[in-house]
Amino acid sequence: MTERVGFGMRPGSGSPAEEETSSAGEPLPPDASIDLAKERADSQVDEVLDALDRELVGLVPVKTRIREIAALLLIDRVRERFGIDSGRPNLHMCFTGSPGTGKTTVAVRLAELLHRLGYVRRGHLVSVTRDDLVGQYVGHTAPKTKEVLKRAMGGVLFIDEAYYLYRAENERDYGQEAIEILLQVMENQRDDLVVVLAGYKDRMDSFFSSNPGMSSRIAHHIDFPDYAAGELEEIGTMMMEREGYRLDPAAEPVFREYVERRRKQPRFANARSVRNAIERARLRHANRLLDAGGSVDRAELTTLRADDFLGSRVFGAGS
Amino acid sequence: MRVTQGTFSYLPDFTDEEITKQIAYALDRDWPCSVEFTDDPHPRNSYWEMWGLPMFDLKDPAGVLLEVNECRKAYPNHYIRLNAYDARYGRQTTALQFIVQRPAEEPGFRLDRTEVSDRRTQYTTHPYALDRPQGDRYPTS
Repeated sequence: MTERVGFGMRPGSGSPAEEETSSAGEPLPPDASIDLAKERADSQVDEVLDALDRELVGLVPVKTRIREIAALLLIDRVRERFGIDSGRPNLHMCFTGSPGTGKTTVAVRLAELLHRLGYVRRGHLVSVTRDDLVGQYVGHTAPKTKEVLKRAMGGVLFIDEAYYLYRAENERDYGQEAIEILLQVMENQRDDLVVVLAGYKDRMDSFFSSNPGMSSRIAHHIDFPDYAAGELEEIGTMMMEREGYRLDPAAEPVFREYVERRRKQPRFANARSVRNAIERARLRHANRLLDAGGSVDRAELTTLRADDFLGSRVFGAGS
Repeated sequence: MRVTQGTFSYLPDFTDEEITKQIAYALDRDWPCSVEFTDDPHPRNSYWEMWGLPMFDLKDPAGVLLEVNECRKAYPNHYIRLNAYDARYGRQTTALQFIVQRPAEEPGFRLDRTEVSDRRTQYTTHPYALDRPQGDRYPTS
């Protein structure tokens, strides 16, 4: 509230959006050359890509594709400076993969990346599911979907579990209406938003086979592979670090064993299962400290021991 | 006669680009925008019809401009204005309001004089457009 608001118009106080508009000057002469490295540094795209590499374990095909998209947008920007008109690339995407493979996390990064490259104007992510798009009675769906689309403009619209939009068993389902509006906006207002659909592979496949129009309007189908055991371990270590815990060296083989066993069990949700395992280990850790009584030091408070993982039902203990 | 009201009333009509910048200004300050229309140009007609609900949580002007264009399409010969509301405590009022579309021809107003008792005169501003029924006031030429 430091800024004083008055009713009068003050000269020279342009809105931030105004400053963003790039200098649409003369196109460069054909014999000019542009330093790509400098252009790359200016866009600060490497920061996002490096963060993506650093903070997300594995996911090589995903990272490769995102690097390619970043390269394309960067080159397009340079081409534009020479006055070569290449049209806007279609960047609607579909993320498929098992639960907990980082689809949402990548979408957030993607929004930021596209913003830095100037493809979207704001770079926020609006994450929705069927509930936010489809109404409950006739005439309710269109305004609802449009409102969500309006909110997402200038950024990325992330539709989680998109296959729920279409219910094959009920032909009067309003989901179809939402899909139609979505298609129309995806086609006509490509400048204003990027739509990312996400869902499990098999169900997305059947969703696309019943909505061929949707499939053809999406240029990038990116599949998120399941994590290998080593990658899950790395993810677990990163999660613990972020929450101010560390693994007792003696507990490392136990944690590895835990991941191995958990992977083979039903309803395994990759990184999400690892996070839940750590949550439960934290519970046992806290319980153990309280039961022991006495005084604790900093090391005790931050170290997860083998016992904290061995208590899990994965090892046959407990219920 | 060109009807003027709201912010920027004495400036020429804005282009879409200029409107977008104004919307961006409003959204940057967290003022939700709304679109209203009417075909009654009387200055005392402050309650215009709402075109949909006010738009909250928008980040980008494209969404607001979309509604402005939808409204233009539905009412090509009405007045359409854009409101931006500042909900902050201490202000809580329309912060910005300007006309984004006006009919091609604005016939203007006439002054009616009514003589009442004791040779007093009462004056009324009467928009010529009001002589026709609602919805028919600005015929498409």
